[in-house]
Amino acid sequence: MPRPVQYNTNEKVKFVDLPQGYAGEGFYATSFDKVVGLARKNSLWPLPFATSCCGIEFMATMGSNYDLARFGSERMGFTPRQCDMLLVAGTISKKLGPILRQVYVQMAEPRWVVAIGACASSGGIFDSYSVLQGIDQVIPVDVYVPGCPPRPEGIIDGILKLQELVGNESLRRRTSDQYKSLMESYGIQ
Amino acid sequence: MTEPQHIKLADESLAKQSTTLNLGPTHPATHGVFQNVLEVDGERVLRTEPTIGYIHRAFEKIAERRPYYQITPLTDRLNYCSAPINNIGWHLTVEKLLGITTPKRVDYLRVIVMELARIADHLVCNSVIGVDTGALTGFTYVFQYREKIYEIFEEICGARLTTNMGRFGGFERNFTQAAWDKLDDFMATLPKAFKEFEDLLNRNRIFMERCMGAGPLTAEMALAYSVTGPNLRAAGVDYDVRVANPYSSYEDFDFKIPVGTTGDVYDRFMVRNLEVWESMGIISQAIEKLKDLDPSVYHADVPEFYLPDKHKVYTQMEALIYHFKIIMGETEILPGEVYHAVEGGNGEVGYYLISDGGRAPYRLHFRRPCFIYYQVYPEIIKNGLLSDAIVTLSSLNVIAGELDA
Amino acid sequence: MTNEKIREQLTEKFGEQLSFETPYGMLSVTAPADQNLKVLQFLFDTEELGFRFLTDLTAVHYPDRNGKELVIVYHLHNLFENVRMRVKVAVPVEKPDVFTATSLFPGANWMERETYDFYGVNFVGHPDLRRILNADEMDYFPLRKEYTLEDPKRTDKDDEMFGRGGKIATTVSDVK
Repeated sequence: MPRPVQYNTNEKVKFVDLPQGYAGEGFYATSFDKVVGLARKNSLWPLPFATSCCGIEFMATMGSNYDLARFGSERMGFTPRQCDMLLVAGTISKKLGPILRQVYVQMAEPRWVVAIGACASSGGIFDSYSVLQGIDQVIPVDVYVPGCPPRPEGIIDGILKLQELVGNESLRRRTSDQYKSLMESYGIQ
Repeated sequence: MTEPQHIKLADESLAKQSTTLNLGPTHPATHGVFQNVLEVDGERVLRTEPTIGYIHRAFEKIAERRPYYQITPLTDRLNYCSAPINNIGWHLTVEKLLGITTPKRVDYLRVIVMELARIADHLVCNSVIGVDTGALTGFTYVFQYREKIYEIFEEICGARLTTNMGRFGGFERNFTQAAWDKLDDFMATLPKAFKEFEDLLNRNRIFMERCMGAGPLTAEMALAYSVTGPNLRAAGVDYDVRVANPYSSYEDFDFKIPVGTTGDVYDRFMVRNLEVWESMGIISQAIEKLKDLDPSVYHADVPEFYLPDKHKVYTQMEALIYHFKIIMGETEILPGEVYHAVEGGNGEVGYYLISDGGRAPYRLHFRRPCFIYYQVYPEIIKNGLLSDAIVTLSSLNVIAGELDA
Repeated sequence: MTNEKIREQLTEKFGEQLSFETPYGMLSVTAPADQNLKVLQFLFDTEELGFRFLTDLTAVHYPDRNGKELVIVYHLHNLFENVRMRVKVAVPVEKPDVFTATSLFPGANWMERETYDFYGVNFVGHPDLRRILNADEMDYFPLRKEYTLEDPKRTDKDDEMFGRGGKIATTVSDVK
């Protein structure tokens, strides 16, 4: 039979190319940040910060119909110390703002934030005195997923976009001045 | 031993030998954002102090600004696990205010939708009780059926979770054949799957030992604290708004009200399981009854309050005028005050509406069952173990959207 | 037990202080502010009436009624005979004191805290009257009609964006 053996290859399976590099007998040389990016993006462990209706859609996304685990998010850790992706799903009120910030601060670098839903992105339909008009008032956000609630396909799309960001991130980003000034603007050390 | 500088102990707790434990607003076991500061002596809970309001979105204030049909999306976000029940409850309240009676077919269709939503809510609650005791399989298995219910809702109104379903007087469109097919498929497959879920947990030794005797709620305490819904029925009182004040033709259906004895976690779990079976029975009866009714009727004939079909808006003058008036909120709403209640997944969801004839309600108050019965939580976990406190919290089915509104 | 009988029993006991209405079939009794606990106690204790389930407790703000701006509304239910009714009590906004119902209905605890949080109604005798849904530091009572839906201290949007005029001059005196 022809080598390499390939079964069930239909067009639906997407094959991703290897990062640019130099291959040889038993080794593959590429730049460090590409390898690290590849490893990080395919094993993002989510920390669900689910408050309301978007939380239920997030639970449906983790279920077997729209499985999020196939993208590497198999282990949902509920502790900020062990996770790298904070998924804020649901309305954040002003009372909960400081707590969200505390959870974000407890996460270890590198960390990313996805704001799922209209309420987390900008306050949503609740333009009232008690709702924080978007979580980017307290923590820096990487990806915003619109929707009320977003369909599970939308949430997966948001996480795939985050994966692109993670894969292309430079290794020096977290120590750069731009990042430091971003953290300063939020008052996070 | 000296007190470490970075830990602040509660007053006299060293003398009392009790620990303060914060079951904070973000915790995997609290399904929603509410905080409980527990004082525990070893494993035994002495007292707890709940704090809520972490998702207060000021629904009642928002409702004073919006025209009546724009309040329906707000109501979905109260108990978001069973959103259609809240929507239909709001429509029934306004129909009571305006004196609109809906045709039988609309009532039966509403009953089907409400019972599907109730099944969805109980599926979530029971599987989450399983998760809190460690049985994760039930959760993932049962969520597949929630997806089927979501597909049915999508066929009916376009949205999965926060449905904004229906209008004053009925539905916005007739149920398509695809919706009926999906409903038939759901009704054919759920009984077997739910039986498997029950076999996993109902007579499971570990589950029973864990849940029996945890968080007992007596009938007197439940009535004193105005508890309603499955929690009250598990305590022994057979109060169900569908039977006491029937709405939407529930009196035409034949169903039982499951009632427990001790009101502990196991009774609440069993009551919800049995309610799922009863709901399935109600849906099959409704499908039978619908066969005799004219299949083209899906709304009441109230052109002043029900948005006309688009092709009529483009061709007939009255339809255009009504369309304009309804969208701009210029319809003549009668002034008055009305209280209407429906049986939601967690109990009696009440709507107290005061209208002054304007385009938005003067005052709209939601009687939210979760808010009212969460007060009983500190009482029922006293002197119980910490693990019982966790399982009791998930068995009460406290949904944060309904708690804080 | 019909609305008429409840009305008779209440008038017999309390006389002319009460006024009755029956919107949409539910008997609605308005009592003077200091009598609220007595009325609720009477409805609870009397065997024939037996309203022992408090369905709901809330308040309404009518800024135009001098001296009776805040109306506290109790919804009661007799589970045996399946009858519902409503009791209303009006208090002025300067001194919104009402006796607490927690001695009769322990479930009224949080309902009264919510009413305090939204309207500032002071429930005399309540074991723990503090804000429940809003932040403890909040200094105003948001559901009163004079306050807007949005946070008054908002800097990123102004009245004009909320559809309330704002920068656009609405009277001649605004044009300066």
